[in-house]
Amino acid sequence: MISQILFAIALGVAIYFFGRAISKIRRNILLGKDLIFTGTPKDRMVTMLKVAFGQTKMSARPIPAVLHFIVYAGFLIINIEVLEIIIDGLFGTHRVFAFLGPVYNFLIGSFEILAFLVFVACVIFLIRRNTLKIKRFFGREMTAWPKSDANYILIIELLLMGAFLKMNAADYLLQGMGADHYVKAGSYPISSWLVAPLMSGLSEGALIMIERGAWWFHILGILAFLNYLPYSKHFHIVMAFPNTYFSNLKSKGALTNMASVKKEVELMMDPNADPYAVPAPDANAEPQRFGAKDVQDLNWKQLMNAYTCTECGRCTDECPANKTGKLLSPRSIMMDTRDRLEEVGKNIDANKGVFVDDGKGLVHDYISKEELWACTTCNACTEACPINIDPLSIIIDLRRYLVLEESAAPQELNMMSTNIENNGAPWQFSQSDRLKWATED
Amino acid sequence: MSVNVKTIAEMKAQGESPEILFWVGCAGSFDDRAKKITKAFAQLLDKAEVKYAVLGTEESCTGDPAKRAGNEFLFQMQAFSNIQVLNMYDVKKIVTTCPHCFNTLKNEYPELGGKYEVLHHSQFLQQILEDGRLTIEGGSFKGKKITFHDPCYLGRGNGIYEAPRALIEKLDSEMVELKRSRANGLCCGAGGAQMFKEAEPGAKEINIERTEEALEVQPDIIAAACPFCNTMMTDGVKHFEKESKVKVYDLAELVAKAADLK
Ligand code: SF4
Ligand code: SF4
Repeated sequence: MISQILFAIALGVAIYFFGRAISKIRRNILLGKDLIFTGTPKDRMVTMLKVAFGQTKMSARPIPAVLHFIVYAGFLIINIEVLEIIIDGLFGTHRVFAFLGPVYNFLIGSFEILAFLVFVACVIFLIRRNTLKIKRFFGREMTAWPKSDANYILIIELLLMGAFLKMNAADYLLQGMGADHYVKAGSYPISSWLVAPLMSGLSEGALIMIERGAWWFHILGILAFLNYLPYSKHFHIVMAFPNTYFSNLKSKGALTNMASVKKEVELMMDPNADPYAVPAPDANAEPQRFGAKDVQDLNWKQLMNAYTCTECGRCTDECPANKTGKLLSPRSIMMDTRDRLEEVGKNIDANKGVFVDDGKGLVHDYISKEELWACTTCNACTEACPINIDPLSIIIDLRRYLVLEESAAPQELNMMSTNIENNGAPWQFSQSDRLKWATED
Repeated sequence: MSVNVKTIAEMKAQGESPEILFWVGCAGSFDDRAKKITKAFAQLLDKAEVKYAVLGTEESCTGDPAKRAGNEFLFQMQAFSNIQVLNMYDVKKIVTTCPHCFNTLKNEYPELGGKYEVLHHSQFLQQILEDGRLTIEGGSFKGKKITFHDPCYLGRGNGIYEAPRALIEKLDSEMVELKRSRANGLCCGAGGAQMFKEAEPGAKEINIERTEEALEVQPDIIAAACPFCNTMMTDGVKHFEKESKVKVYDLAELVAKAADLK
């Protein structure tokens, strides 16, 4: 009875804190501006199923793709077991689904095989990440925390899978002894030969201790892991789904047309425009800003992107600027956006729900001009991202702010703009010479 | 050699309408290297008896580099006036030799009131070759190794990978793919208004990196489909002092050669 109460408390606390973290993230994402989506819900669903569920974009790099798929599918499926654990924990039952008979045997059997595969994959991942010099796991933005984060996740998964197999092994032995409470159920294709021999000769009491210990460790570990997610790059296991659902379905080459600019240009250029059709500016309204200086100026999709990024570095690996030694790294753009958004969120929490200006912004304080101006808008990053994140759109919005609000474009680009304004071409040629090519030799 | 082109104003004055409007673009109008591409394409249109017109002095920058440099105001002003001109002449179909103009006209103008059918010249050439309106020999390229550099705004930007390759196939040459091609193609370094500024500090210029990759496959010809890529790759080849061995040509120039126009 006591253990049931303890279990209920642990479960309640874990769910409460997870819910709180999620609602904060939701609030942070919704600090972003609204945006218009194209494409039908069906198209979006298909994209999500393909890219997030089917992991189609991972196939560009086959070895990690296979390992990743094992960890992903394994972890997902094994978590069905968590349902049983929760029911057992709350009601004091043991292997409550055992009545399913052969189906149950099959399920537990496959969970074991998957758990073993996940274990092996995580070991390979750990070795690969820490001993092979894979370029994308290093780089400027991969400071101490992101590096440890990646290792923590793999280690936690190892521990969880280990506990799962240990629990099963002890259970298997207890079943063999005909111990009370341990009904004969499940099949143990891995733990019976790999783990159980390590426990041979132990008394029933010791085995029960091991089984209970592993059971508690497994479920408490899962609850702790759940609460680690929102602070980790591993949050992508949740966010990949909504994020790909809201993928950009237009041609990658298209940039958005700023609606605020459109209005002004029409007023300026169109002789028929009625200047009075625009309502007088509201004195209390926040002054409108062109482009993005801070995270609140981005749209919520871009902010959702930031929480989805798994810091894999595939974007940076393909980025021509980064490849040739420039400061720009699209992964860093995403990580900086998330860090700044978290900071803004904490600011709001500390100030009773309103953001108090801290004199900082995403541009300059987190992302430098040098990074922003190095981008060739080539879309290699958006193509490479396995979960359809778009660092380029953030780069463009920050550039817009630099140019339209700070007039801080590089000198050569100012000259280019002046040329376009005066001659209708980025170079100093006269528009009246546009047809000369046809008559020259 | 001069080419006989009609402006759309002249054509409309005679009460006629073109089948296509050839959008020449700023590079195509002013850059010495790109002007050759413009001419080659115009000659092909002539040979295929395509009724085409240009805007001539009424054409102005699409605004692509301004937009990508963050100057949305300037972009939308350019778009506004270009759309006014295009709509005034009731333009229906545009073909352009520049993937940047192509992308902007096709993807960014519709929302601002400019709705046209827009084709890149590789697509249009493929069409008229398949329709039999244009015929080429292709024999002059026998034994030549040609590789193709995918322009970002044609490939990744708009998913056009096949049309350029279909043209090269018709040349009777050996087509070799670059290590990074199609959706994985590496940028030449010119996009996003980089063409008009010095690169940020780094270890290397992007065009050098890309040219290095292209030279690895030991081509006789690097085929480009964008005037800016053309400049970048040409500079890259010069950097490696390979200009006597490796030539950089636009697809239009290759087809024009095969059609015995040069
Ligand atoms: S679009 Fe910009 S950030 Fe993305 S890969 Fe290309 S150069 Fe890098
Ligand atoms: S943006 Fe995408 S590709 Fe880049 S690090 Fe994040 S998840 Fe990986």
